[in-house]
Amino acid sequence: MAVLLTEKSKIIVQGVTGKEGSFHTQQMLDYKTNVVGGVTPGKGGQKSEHGLPIFNTVIDAVGETGANASVIFVPPAFAADAIMEAVSAELDLVVVITEGIPVSDMARIIGFVRNSKTVMIGPNCPGIITPGVGKIGIMPAFIHKPGRVGIISRSGTLTYEAVDQLTQEGLGQSTAIGIGGDPIIGLPHLAAVKLFAEDPDTDGIIMIGEIGGTNEEEAAAYIKKHVKKPVVGFIAGQTAPPGRRMGHAGAIISGGAGTATSKMEAMRDAGIHVVENPSDIGKTMKSILGK
Amino acid sequence: MKVHEYQAKEILKKYDIPVPVGYVTDKTAEASAIYKKLGTPVTVIKAQIHAGGRGKGGGVKLAKSAPEAAEIAGKILGMNLVTHQTGPEGKNVLKILIEEGMDIKHEYYVGITLDRKKSKPVIMVSTEGGMEIEEVAEKTPEKIVTESIEPNLGLQRWQAMRLAYALGLEGDYVKQAIKVFMGLWQAYNKEDASMIEINPLITTGDGRVLPLDCKLDFDDNAVYRHPDHPGLRDITEEDPLEVEASKSSLNYVRLDGEVGCMVNGAGLAMATMDIIKYFGSFPANFLDVGGGANPVTVTNGFKLILSDPNVKAIFVNIFGGIVRCDRIANGIVEAAKNVKITVPLVVRLSGTNAKEAREILKHSGIKMIVVETMAEGAQKIVEAIQK
Repeated sequence: MAVLLTEKSKIIVQGVTGKEGSFHTQQMLDYKTNVVGGVTPGKGGQKSEHGLPIFNTVIDAVGETGANASVIFVPPAFAADAIMEAVSAELDLVVVITEGIPVSDMARIIGFVRNSKTVMIGPNCPGIITPGVGKIGIMPAFIHKPGRVGIISRSGTLTYEAVDQLTQEGLGQSTAIGIGGDPIIGLPHLAAVKLFAEDPDTDGIIMIGEIGGTNEEEAAAYIKKHVKKPVVGFIAGQTAPPGRRMGHAGAIISGGAGTATSKMEAMRDAGIHVVENPSDIGKTMKSILGK
Repeated sequence: MKVHEYQAKEILKKYDIPVPVGYVTDKTAEASAIYKKLGTPVTVIKAQIHAGGRGKGGGVKLAKSAPEAAEIAGKILGMNLVTHQTGPEGKNVLKILIEEGMDIKHEYYVGITLDRKKSKPVIMVSTEGGMEIEEVAEKTPEKIVTESIEPNLGLQRWQAMRLAYALGLEGDYVKQAIKVFMGLWQAYNKEDASMIEINPLITTGDGRVLPLDCKLDFDDNAVYRHPDHPGLRDITEEDPLEVEASKSSLNYVRLDGEVGCMVNGAGLAMATMDIIKYFGSFPANFLDVGGGANPVTVTNGFKLILSDPNVKAIFVNIFGGIVRCDRIANGIVEAAKNVKITVPLVVRLSGTNAKEAREILKHSGIKMIVVETMAEGAQKIVEAIQK
């Protein structure tokens, strides 16, 4: 078992005929992910270059293929609508890769998403991978290895860095989730931590945060009370100046809130093993689990 | 994207929010004519820069006659205005806003921004107008009253009314404050703002409620549906290197350290800055060349980093995922040939085909230190600087 992405996941790709969508669909198929179809309005009835059936709508795709998960590669202007479509089709999981969705679009739909049965990962995220089972997203699969550490992170390449360190240490991953770098996301740290805390196949959790918002503090408060599994944490942006956006739309210290220091303090207070040197993430988890 | 006070006030007008009558100019010679046109005995002359704290820095002055207006305009235009937000280097003032004087009865605060915890916009008011809201929040949080806004419904009239009463307003002032609050929500929502701040919002002796100042920040992600917004950008307010970076679609933020950093991905870029500090130096910049990293972005990245005179060494930290490291290595070699790199260069490549990539770099004939981990790279870069 793993979290969210399992052997039972049947995936469709929204935006399967676009450049990014098409490329990453092939990558997902190469990793033997159970991708069952694609959605591109106007191209229903055709086959994608990967040989997958294309549908005009998500509801059509679900009806024909029995899909229960979707990955969204559509451009920012149409992304909120694509999310609404996926959620309305009652999928279990929607992974939104798209970067650059206006915040007001997300603010308008997030209540609807949270009141549904669908778990949304992202937007502006690398996706989710359960090594050996499949990947929904854009991460390089080969650095992963099946194992018993769960990873949660707001960024892409920094997640790969942590995964790579774990793999080098001989530890693998149960599931790695890139939750996204935007100010409004579907699955914040707290919700992801709960999933791993309850997963019998996860022994330890790596929680990577960054400046901006209070997501990490909320997760830390929960960990302090409820989580017995060891958690290793890192916060990116200890050297970031206040008031400046550091690449991710959500990575900004505003009004003195969301600093790396306050997050690291909250995490230490919760008993999380906080590393200041990002090269120590893998080592630290190894030394804890090795005991 | 931030805009100037005078531009923000033009936007408020679009949403029927009353603002003081005023004119913007970049010419001292126009000041006395504007004074006469305004016709009030007192006018306010305000430096137009993006940073706050202008009053304390001497960028806001009263003029009580046409000659005085001209004199003050002459002093403020072209001055190097230093405030707590500009940093010690200050900001050159290129434009001033000259406004009618107001008979101020009381000063308040009102702002709208995203409440990230609730994923909803929030409107905040305070009786402590003129003070920075962060300071009020820290020292006297009970003086801030907020209403959470349901994005699909918008600010409700009862909410605006509750806030007006919370400020202690009475009679006709309440009605006018409601109109301002409702208008502010419209402006925030329709213009895709990420923040609107009115500090102060004033009541006047002649019975009006209106914004005396306005700060406005747009959501950069929404610019595609606001064709008028790019025209409001003032590149003289930005760091020239950051302007250069935005032309080549690089995500760059200038910092004041000495290690130039080039990284793929925002999270890893921040982590790279952090590890440089961890080993005893400080980053000169944040630079994310994008998940892929190709010869063009790497070349542009090198050029950008080397334009910063503070840079004493460069740390390239790339995690090659779907784009293989050997291809990135070739890109780095090509870029290093195009750009004369005059400072020590440390390169760390990890991920797909990293070994092959390191061999390519080592045999390229370009002087660089090739390392395997981030920590090793950061240590080498700090050593290189200390030599």
